[in-house]
Amino acid sequence: MTTTVAETRRRRGRVVARNTALGWAFLLPNFAGFTLLTLVPVGLLFYYAFTEWNVFGGATWTGLENFQQLVRDNSFWTALGNTVYYAAFHIPLTLAVSLGLALLLNRKLRGVAFFRTVAFFPYITSIVAIAQIWNMLLSPGFGPVNEVLRFIGVANPPGWTTSADWSMPAVIVVSTWRDMGYYMLLFLAGLQTIPKQLHEAAMVDGAGAWDRFRAVTLPGLRPTTFFVTVLLTINSFKVFDIILVMTDGGPGQSTLVLSQYIFQKGFEENQFGYASAVSIVLFALCFVVTIIQFMVNRRATR
Amino acid sequence: MSIRRVPRIVAYVCLAVAGVLVLLPFYWMVMSSLKTNNDVFTIPVQWITTDPVWNNYADIWTESDMTTWLGNTVFLSALVTFLQLLTGSFAAYGFSKITFPGRDVLFLAYIGTLAVPWASYMVPQFVLMTKFELTDTIWSIVALQAFGALGVFMMKQFYESIPDELLDAARIDGMSEFGIYRRIMLPLSVPALASLALITLVNTWNDYLGPLLYLRSPDLWTIQLGLKSFIDQYNAEYALIMTGSVLSILPVVVIFLFGQRYFVEGVATTGLKG
Repeated sequence: MTTTVAETRRRRGRVVARNTALGWAFLLPNFAGFTLLTLVPVGLLFYYAFTEWNVFGGATWTGLENFQQLVRDNSFWTALGNTVYYAAFHIPLTLAVSLGLALLLNRKLRGVAFFRTVAFFPYITSIVAIAQIWNMLLSPGFGPVNEVLRFIGVANPPGWTTSADWSMPAVIVVSTWRDMGYYMLLFLAGLQTIPKQLHEAAMVDGAGAWDRFRAVTLPGLRPTTFFVTVLLTINSFKVFDIILVMTDGGPGQSTLVLSQYIFQKGFEENQFGYASAVSIVLFALCFVVTIIQFMVNRRATR
Repeated sequence: MSIRRVPRIVAYVCLAVAGVLVLLPFYWMVMSSLKTNNDVFTIPVQWITTDPVWNNYADIWTESDMTTWLGNTVFLSALVTFLQLLTGSFAAYGFSKITFPGRDVLFLAYIGTLAVPWASYMVPQFVLMTKFELTDTIWSIVALQAFGALGVFMMKQFYESIPDELLDAARIDGMSEFGIYRRIMLPLSVPALASLALITLVNTWNDYLGPLLYLRSPDLWTIQLGLKSFIDQYNAEYALIMTGSVLSILPVVVIFLFGQRYFVEGVATTGLKG
């Protein structure tokens, strides 16, 4: 029984050292790739944003110059405005539709399993094919959508992706159609966690369907709704591929969004420094919105 | 008809309408792929093709480099999925079953980057890839997709549900950590691995932006890039474009239908335990 404190500590130290080595050995294959391709680029971003690149691929420090240019850049403000426009409609619309579908599927109806499978199709289908199908469906002159609209009495149906006013609504509708199955699934999982007894108790108390939705379902779904909103917000602000293949930002700049502007500046005009400055804005936007949502959520749960 | 039955009927009507709205574009795509080019846009719309043109499905292989694109995509998807499963489950074991200082901070960094839009770091990433001389090689896409944080996250969620006592028993029996990972964890986590495999497979198959940035040579193109270039080049060949679209979607739909259960479970775990 002469084990000293120092000896125990040394032994514990050896275990920690052994575990650290082992732990890192397991992480390493993934961590190496993750660091090189994600962590380092995210870090470099905060350096590149303050530089200018010459044709030979060298960067020179220019301080805040990129950001001063950004403030005067009309295209940048258009892109920022369009991104907010997209998010402002896509978020509530997708929330409403996917929650509605989830409530519908949560009932004991025939064909529910089939519909759950079907609703997921758009989400797993490639964006290139989706964009092409919808561009053809929405084709102003001969497309089936406008034909149906004319049939039900709309004299001048919209020009959709060929019109500056209607291209963004078209993109919003198509992306809601595409995403709803995914968020519906998250809501369905959330609905499953609400105890049935709560509904039964409310029914015994004479609550109608609407009252039960407001007093039982919505509060029970709070964690899910919060998570879906955060996810949906980030995904809306980073909207990219659907715009690129459906409208390519057009007509004019009517659907130009931040991600695409980064792509244009960086890969079409090779202005890596300036593109990085725009990237920082996109990064900050997602970051700030997420933080705000977490703060609001914390206050509401108290 | 009693009052109580009315909401039920309304629900069925809603379900039917939603089902039609989701499926109609796909139905229209398949129908258009079986028409002649002039019949795709007619007024009124022909919802049923009376005289299917099966030739489109033969012509597409000669009119485009479909074989090359599909070959590249199959190769890439398989390799990326394999690597993602391997490195992801390996790292997840380190994160969930071995305690060492700094582990949780590191994991937070992984999760944090899931919220960072790819578009915001694609420029520095491209510069790095250029330095490694990976651009315009198939390896750029492998590097881009195989080390994602999502796989680590998903596998960690699953490993946490396996009791530590089981591992401790194996350790007392003298099994090494690697042995535990290979002989105990991997066999137990087959459902989670299946979920991750399906999600990675579909993501890689559908990825358009990665190949767009990195693959310049036509012989490296994936199906998405190839299909897009075909659309841009033959923008009036409506029927063939739809044929190509059907072929690009078909493998994913088949995979999804077979592995639907794992797919849905994967989405639910990554979604809700975050």
